Amino acid sequence: MWEMAKQRDAYGETLVELGRERDDIVAIGADLCGSCRIKEFGKEFPERFFNSGVAEQNMMGVAAGLAFQGKTVFASTFAVFATGRAYDQVRQSIAYTRANVKIVATHAGITVGGDGASHQMLEDIALMRVLPNIRVVAPADYYETSKATRTIADMDGPFYMRLGRSSVPIITDEDSLFEFGKASILKDGDDVTLIGTGIMVSRCLKAAKMLQKKENIEARVVNMSTIKPLDEKTIVKAAKETGGVVTAEEQVVSQGMGSGISQVLSESYHVPMKRVGVPNVFGESGNSEELMEKYGLTAEAIVESAHDVIARK
Amino acid sequence: METLNDDRIKELKEIARRVRIYVVKSTNAAGSGHPGGSLSATDMLTVLYFEIMDHKPDEPDWEERDRLVLSKGHAAPALYGVLAESGYFPIEELMTLRALGSRLQGHPDMRKTPGVDASTGSLGQGLSIACGMSLASNIDRKNYRIFVICGDGEMQSGQIWEAGMFAAQYKLDNLIVFLDRNQLQIDGSTEEVVSIEPIVSKWKSFGWHVQEIDGHDMGKIYESIQKALEVEGKPSMIVAHTVKGKGVTFMEGSLAFHGKAANDEQLEIALKELGGK
Repeated sequence: MWEMAKQRDAYGETLVELGRERDDIVAIGADLCGSCRIKEFGKEFPERFFNSGVAEQNMMGVAAGLAFQGKTVFASTFAVFATGRAYDQVRQSIAYTRANVKIVATHAGITVGGDGASHQMLEDIALMRVLPNIRVVAPADYYETSKATRTIADMDGPFYMRLGRSSVPIITDEDSLFEFGKASILKDGDDVTLIGTGIMVSRCLKAAKMLQKKENIEARVVNMSTIKPLDEKTIVKAAKETGGVVTAEEQVVSQGMGSGISQVLSESYHVPMKRVGVPNVFGESGNSEELMEKYGLTAEAIVESAHDVIARK
Repeated sequence: METLNDDRIKELKEIARRVRIYVVKSTNAAGSGHPGGSLSATDMLTVLYFEIMDHKPDEPDWEERDRLVLSKGHAAPALYGVLAESGYFPIEELMTLRALGSRLQGHPDMRKTPGVDASTGSLGQGLSIACGMSLASNIDRKNYRIFVICGDGEMQSGQIWEAGMFAAQYKLDNLIVFLDRNQLQIDGSTEEVVSIEPIVSKWKSFGWHVQEIDGHDMGKIYESIQKALEVEGKPSMIVAHTVKGKGVTFMEGSLAFHGKAANDEQLEIALKELGGK
């Protein structure tokens, strides 16, 4: 099977490289600098590294102030605090002003595990994709995280990048292309489309393999690593060519990526659809795999949804 | 220490008088806005823009300029007044305040208005932005200073104290904050809503250099800034005791004019008092 690696490791390593290449890169954290992997940047560039302590609202404001003076600012904490605790600061000081701040949140989703519901952020995609000016990226693995970190550093203005805590399968390689705003097709197929984001992309690949092996169903697998703006062209083309779409994300289904895709399709090309994700509930403690299973974030759930979609074609 | 001579004080008072006229007229034209807290902050803004700050109205983005963050963003009419008086945009434009398509939004928008250094309006956020600006000046070894005007109701906001600890931790001594202590917030007296006192000792205990002045005394405003500029290793807080609605008798100390503009009749009375038309 796949090798495993943590997205946040890729982020931390790339940030240090960027710091060496560019003087305008600065980083700020909120007491979780080790967990978010920005500590190494701080060690190498102490004069460009700041810690707000347990004060995420202040962190976002300080990040905006740094950005107004020409800095490219990476602000990192857990997803629950970055998007929940500091929502108004992100809205007013960063999104409204189009500040050049890259909010890179780690520990998103239910795979946070043992910490439980208070730390399992399942609403962040919803909260961020509704904000004007903010672009939302959720890389699928280690390599894509590294490339996305570079890409958002090169593009002016605010971004939200969503990373997890645990190790995730490496499904791309050093040479795969990451293009902001463009979904990538990881497997071709004409029977149904499986669109995943983040950790769920590898599960879509697994589901596609299961469908192919057992039932000769050829599923197209799409990695939607940019959630805002959505790559509408790829979505509509896939809907036209496969006639049915399943989306998968580690997020509440009510307002996540799948909802965005259903909005695109309901206005442009109507096909049967099913969204895999967490229902509108809070999580709980447990290990990552157990939780993924309990909350229906499995390859099996994607396969089942594909059957449902195909039956309705 | 440098002080202002009487002639200069007279000139500054004359500028502040005109700015007050703009405040009451522009909010009247808009039919809404916050004249009370604009008038209490007018004298501080006047001294800052006309005596202290290094800035170039014909080059609003000049890198070396001193910055001002109006953390109490609802006092925008006063800020727009000093910016227009400085020459950032025509004085007539003030009358477009809050109108559709105007560059002068209800609360400051740095992307729309020349001379506005930070977008504010949601209280409590400006001080954090100013901290970020100060850190950037340190990284870049620049000499510009960052001035902030906070409201007293704003002191109830948690983020202010997060920023307060942060500024002291990072020894942001080019950060000078005025607290416009006009005693009133929209729901009543700050002390009746949620007391912020003892505000001087609070800021002292947070590691700040703190002064207390009469916020309508041009000479004292000037001197307090000079003193603050000499402080090393600490951010500065100047608690400026002010009167809400200062300069217009029926607005002074009045809750009603926190977030309400004068009607046409009231405007006439106000203009008569301010010697304007």
